[in-house]
Amino acid sequence: MRIQQISVFVENKTGRLGEVIHALAVAGIDILALSMADTTDFGVLRMIVDDPDKAKTVLREAGMIVKSNHVLSILVDDQPGALAGLLEKLSRGGISVEYMYASLVRKQDKAMMLLRVDNTEAAEQLLGE
Amino acid sequence: MAYLHKEIETMPRDQIEALQSERLVWQVKRMYENVSLFKERMDKAGLTPADIHGIEDLGRLPFSYKQDLRDYYPFGLFAVPMEEIVRTHASSGTTGKRIVVGYTRDDLAIWADCVARMMTGLGLDSKDIGQISYGYGLFTGGLGAHGGAEQIGATVIPMSSGNTALQIQTMVDFGSTFLCCTPSYALYLGEAAAEAGVQDQLKLKTCILGAEPWTEDMRQAIEAKLGAKAYDIYGLSEILGPGVSGECEYQCGMHVWEDHFIPEIIDPDTGEKLPAGAEGELVFTTITKQGFPLIRYRTRDICRLDYETCRCGRTHVRMMKPQGRTDDMLIIRGVNVFPSQIEEVLLKLDGKVTPNYQIIVDRVNNTDTLDINVEMSEALFEDDVKSIEKVERTIVERLRSMLGIGAKVHLVHPKSITRSEGKAKRVIDNRKLH
Repeated sequence: MRIQQISVFVENKTGRLGEVIHALAVAGIDILALSMADTTDFGVLRMIVDDPDKAKTVLREAGMIVKSNHVLSILVDDQPGALAGLLEKLSRGGISVEYMYASLVRKQDKAMMLLRVDNTEAAEQLLGE
Repeated sequence: MAYLHKEIETMPRDQIEALQSERLVWQVKRMYENVSLFKERMDKAGLTPADIHGIEDLGRLPFSYKQDLRDYYPFGLFAVPMEEIVRTHASSGTTGKRIVVGYTRDDLAIWADCVARMMTGLGLDSKDIGQISYGYGLFTGGLGAHGGAEQIGATVIPMSSGNTALQIQTMVDFGSTFLCCTPSYALYLGEAAAEAGVQDQLKLKTCILGAEPWTEDMRQAIEAKLGAKAYDIYGLSEILGPGVSGECEYQCGMHVWEDHFIPEIIDPDTGEKLPAGAEGELVFTTITKQGFPLIRYRTRDICRLDYETCRCGRTHVRMMKPQGRTDDMLIIRGVNVFPSQIEEVLLKLDGKVTPNYQIIVDRVNNTDTLDINVEMSEALFEDDVKSIEKVERTIVERLRSMLGIGAKVHLVHPKSITRSEGKAKRVIDNRKLH
């Protein structure tokens, strides 16, 4: 399933990350999953939130640089080998993963995998969605 | 006391002025005949060469500017046919166009002679071994110092800049007795020599340093580290290159070789000539150069002239270290940089970069650093780290090709660049140069 992801530019400076999270907290936005890609100078904070449109507005109002795009959200069983199976399937289908992060879905004993791939449509077809 | 041309260097002021007058009249006449821009400006001012009788008429002559060199790029201001030009030099310009200068064979001889006067005055001669660690090439530093060192008959090592380990090894193995480079590089070499533990093996006695501003504190540090005296040399390619003026052994200002150049100090706002000793913009007229002569060239350097005869016996006026600029030019690692050049690079990035940037210049371990903070924008931001890094790299590469020096680019949070009265302070120079 495609899901909307929010990406925020975070300058590599003490307190910058906190400002982003604080702005979301004040607006009552729940973060379901997040990952941080970093370089020497800056980071890109990627998040799945319960209300992406509101999150964008709130962050922009707080002066942040925000972009949204779609990533694949795939539930896998929370057990050894489940993720390996998923990746093998994608690899056989010739699809590369650009980045990936995960979040546990406790109630279902599943893990929500969030994947950015080079060909989203092909991946969706392959995974039978 | 050693002089290269004692009679000229110690000439009484009235004789210097008589010589300048005669040469100025000659220069104005030939420039009027050979340089279209100069003729236009003279005509516009209602002047002909016949109106100029001597240096008392200098103030009536029109100024010339750095912009003229851009407008007449590359050879439009030369006063001789190209077959008489035997050398060109160039430096970077604000519009991507370089500033180009040209020399006849006689001009090169004058240049070498000016540098040689300073070297001789500092006690250097044919027994000395000179390591020239200015950059060679279009920059006037390397070949300029080289010409002077050959003129005095020294053994010249044309090292050029860079490769510090090899510089130190050469200094030790060849027994270099004098060094020509930028002051910051001299200090850097001094530290490298200390680190290599070879300070006591150095035979260096004299350093001739220029092309960037430096302080008395830096002089002391260089002299301590290299165990040699450090002297300031001044010049600009438009007028000659290094050697327009230089210090004598007394280190009390740089003697301007007045038989070749007439300096004036003016009020940069009104253009009025200021009384002797006042601080203002330095203006030069070249009275012997043939290939690319300039009348009343505005250097944009702010300084003071001292006409007192020096303890060394030289009568030629001394200019004090420039105390700043009338424009926003920065000198970074000896290279002239205008903030507008940096802005041009940023704004050319397909509109991706907002004009919110800040240039930070500092001196770390005696080397100038150039950092550019650029505020992130939605247009520039991508979810993908690689494409942002690519933009950073593109900026660095374009700056390098525009300026000829490396810079570090940092993408910063929007609105994080301090603004006063809504305007961002574009340049922060943390170096203590004056």
